[in-house]
Amino acid sequence: MSLWKIAWRSIQQRSLSSLMTGLSMALGVALVVAVLVVLGVVKDSFTQNAEGYNIIVGPKGGSLELVLNTVYHLGRPQSTLPWSYYEEFTEGKFAPSVELAIPYCLGDNYEGYRVVATTSDLFDKSEYRAGQKYTFAAGHNFADEAFYEAVIGATVARNTGLRVGDTFEPTHGLSAGEMGHKHDPFRVVGVLDPTGTPNDRALFISVEGFFLLEGHSLDKPSDVGTSNDMAASAAADEHDDEHDHAHEDGHDHDAEHDHEHADDHDHDDHAHEGHDDEVHDEHEHDEAVETTAAPAAANSSTGEDAADEHREDEHDERDHAEDGHDHDEHAHDEHDDHDHDAHDHDAHDHDEHDHGHGHDHHHEPLPKELREVTAILVRTDLTGGLTIPKVLQRDPRAMAVYPVQEINTLFEGLVGNLKLLLVGLAVLVVVVAGVGIMVSIYNTMNDRRRDIAVMRALGAGRQTVMFVILFESLLLSLVGGVAGLLIGHGLVALLNPLIVAQTGVSIGFFQFQIVELALIPGLIVLATAAGIVPALAAYRTDVSKALGDAP
Amino acid sequence: MLKLSDVEKSFTEPDGTPLPVLRVSNFSLGEAEQAVLLGESGSGKTTLLHVIAGITRPDRGSVEVDGRDITQMPESVCDRYRAAKIGYVFQTFNLLPGFSALENVLLGMTFGQGGADPARARELLGRVGLGKRLTHKPGALSVGEQQRVAVARALANRPKLLLADEPTANVDRGNQQHIIDLVRDQCRAEGVALLIVTHAIEVANQFDRVEHLAEFNQAGQPQAG
Ligand SMILES: Nc1ncnc2c1ncn2[C@@H]1O[C@H](COP(=O)(O)OP(=O)(O)OP(=O)(O)O)[C@@H](O)[C@H]1O
Ligand SMILES: [Mg+2]
Repeated sequence: MSLWKIAWRSIQQRSLSSLMTGLSMALGVALVVAVLVVLGVVKDSFTQNAEGYNIIVGPKGGSLELVLNTVYHLGRPQSTLPWSYYEEFTEGKFAPSVELAIPYCLGDNYEGYRVVATTSDLFDKSEYRAGQKYTFAAGHNFADEAFYEAVIGATVARNTGLRVGDTFEPTHGLSAGEMGHKHDPFRVVGVLDPTGTPNDRALFISVEGFFLLEGHSLDKPSDVGTSNDMAASAAADEHDDEHDHAHEDGHDHDAEHDHEHADDHDHDDHAHEGHDDEVHDEHEHDEAVETTAAPAAANSSTGEDAADEHREDEHDERDHAEDGHDHDEHAHDEHDDHDHDAHDHDAHDHDEHDHGHGHDHHHEPLPKELREVTAILVRTDLTGGLTIPKVLQRDPRAMAVYPVQEINTLFEGLVGNLKLLLVGLAVLVVVVAGVGIMVSIYNTMNDRRRDIAVMRALGAGRQTVMFVILFESLLLSLVGGVAGLLIGHGLVALLNPLIVAQTGVSIGFFQFQIVELALIPGLIVLATAAGIVPALAAYRTDVSKALGDAP
Repeated sequence: MLKLSDVEKSFTEPDGTPLPVLRVSNFSLGEAEQAVLLGESGSGKTTLLHVIAGITRPDRGSVEVDGRDITQMPESVCDRYRAAKIGYVFQTFNLLPGFSALENVLLGMTFGQGGADPARARELLGRVGLGKRLTHKPGALSVGEQQRVAVARALANRPKLLLADEPTANVDRGNQQHIIDLVRDQCRAEGVALLIVTHAIEVANQFDRVEHLAEFNQAGQPQAG
């Protein structure tokens, strides 16, 4: 008969007390497991959002901001990169080691949900989580050539009621509170299945259509990437709404007059009335403040009407796009008064016209040199993953970040201490359970003394009886601990549907955290510590006295 | 088989004065010999058995069991030697309550060299008339049955010497005789020497050799006289 079995018999003999101590250990361990799993889920739910690509390229600046902008649709992009950077990944110097590059152009929202202008590659070629491709609950991917098509995330579909075939008008600005003017409508051609990622909360439009929207391109080929509305509006948002308006072409009028979003309705009144000089001065001033890195900003307001004139002359396509609401099918006409009118159509005029169509033809893509990109999601091969960020380190404008790394850093920074505290508390519960085991064994030492003496009389050594007690403590701890693991994982598995619904992270029963491996040696140490006091008492037992046959 | 020479053992009274319990200049038991030990309560019978078993160390003298002086052995060696050479039956509380009859017998084997031998354990329990009670826990056995399990367990490791300390004190007369017969028969069958302590005169009378502790224990005499 092994000592383990002897110890086990002793546990059975005191089944109630053993059950209690074992249960307290089980609950402690289950708590540890639950805490670890929950923390793991939270962390996974963070990082999994950036799976499917290994690098994000964006303008130099805060790397975390870049990740937050692109992965979580949070925060505001500070600036943009010229389109040529994107092309470096598709056909340029980085192309050989790049498997996939997806541009992100940000700057619009719809009812507070980010509108991401991108290419159809996002849904055709990328995965939102390792091994999981985007699937459509309804409809299909947008086509890059069909400028005004959109795909929407599951949450957006649920909360806005948009369906395939519906149209929506992105609003300039990144969140619902910003009273940016509305853009041309896009037609929903696909609704994504839920992914459990922030992309559920975004709308995706063809980047080609995006570029044709008002304010979404560089002002001038020459001032590539300096002052442009896309970046400037984003930057401006940081300060206040006024700035935001100030940048939207003619909207600075409102800013000037502080008309509290009246822009959509009556700004014409002011726009025309000789305020232009003043307005443009103001405008110039604003830009200088807002886009500090934009010396060329001035170019957009070199003369009274110069800024608007530029637009008129050079971006008639876009002007058409914005004015299209107003003038519907004869959209291609040039209008001298565009610069004044253009902006007051946004809100109300849309309603009067049917825009869902009419855009899809007779559009020319925006010339490449006028394009810009907020961020590029890149999936590279192994060498690309190592070299591209290094190469870009020397680039004056762009940088590459490893999103998962950034997210991990963020996560540790956010919840690192909390995590320690939670795990510490849970471990404390386990330690208390260990103390419980010690007390329960120690309290029964009087009863055990005779058993120990009998074993000694039968020839068991001191160490032997000591180990029997230690093993009892170990068995209680380990059996309780394993039960706790099962309980913990069982609970987690039971709650899995809930967790999936909340976070998109699915945890199976057998999904163990690596840290849990530390539980076993940890429990062994704890059990040994708990058992050592009674075990030493067993070791010291005076057999002659304990046999009870001598007084 | 068993040979005590000049063994002395005294305890210390609570007030610090020494209390001599044993002073045995000579006591021996031959191979497979059976002897009964008589003595007043408190005369040191149990203490003598403990000293023979190596459970209590004498202050002086030597205790030779099967040719080796156990007083010279390190404790751990002595424990193992006891497991191999000596079977012990107590007055009460012989069995571990958490173990079945069979397991109690196997437990005795666990600490010996041979290891657990379930076949022999069953056979022994069969011989003491408990072949059908193997899986019963002590709580489900009568006191007499418990003592029979204790006998079986004491013999499990094929010891050279069986010590029995009033094994029938808590048993009725009919059972007492049954157990005494059992112990004697089994010791004879296995060639085991037997030293048995008893108060019962009718039991003592059955033995060829009856030792009165008072006669060879010099420790008790001055006080007694
Ligand atoms: N551990 C001890 N400490 C102090 N005195 C002890 C100890 N063990 C025994 N004694 C004393 O030694 C004497 C002999 O005790 P022992 O138990 O050997 O007697 P006994 O003959 O077995 O008596 P009984 O017939 O009642 O069992 C007693 O006076 C007892 O008080
Ligand atoms: Mg006694």
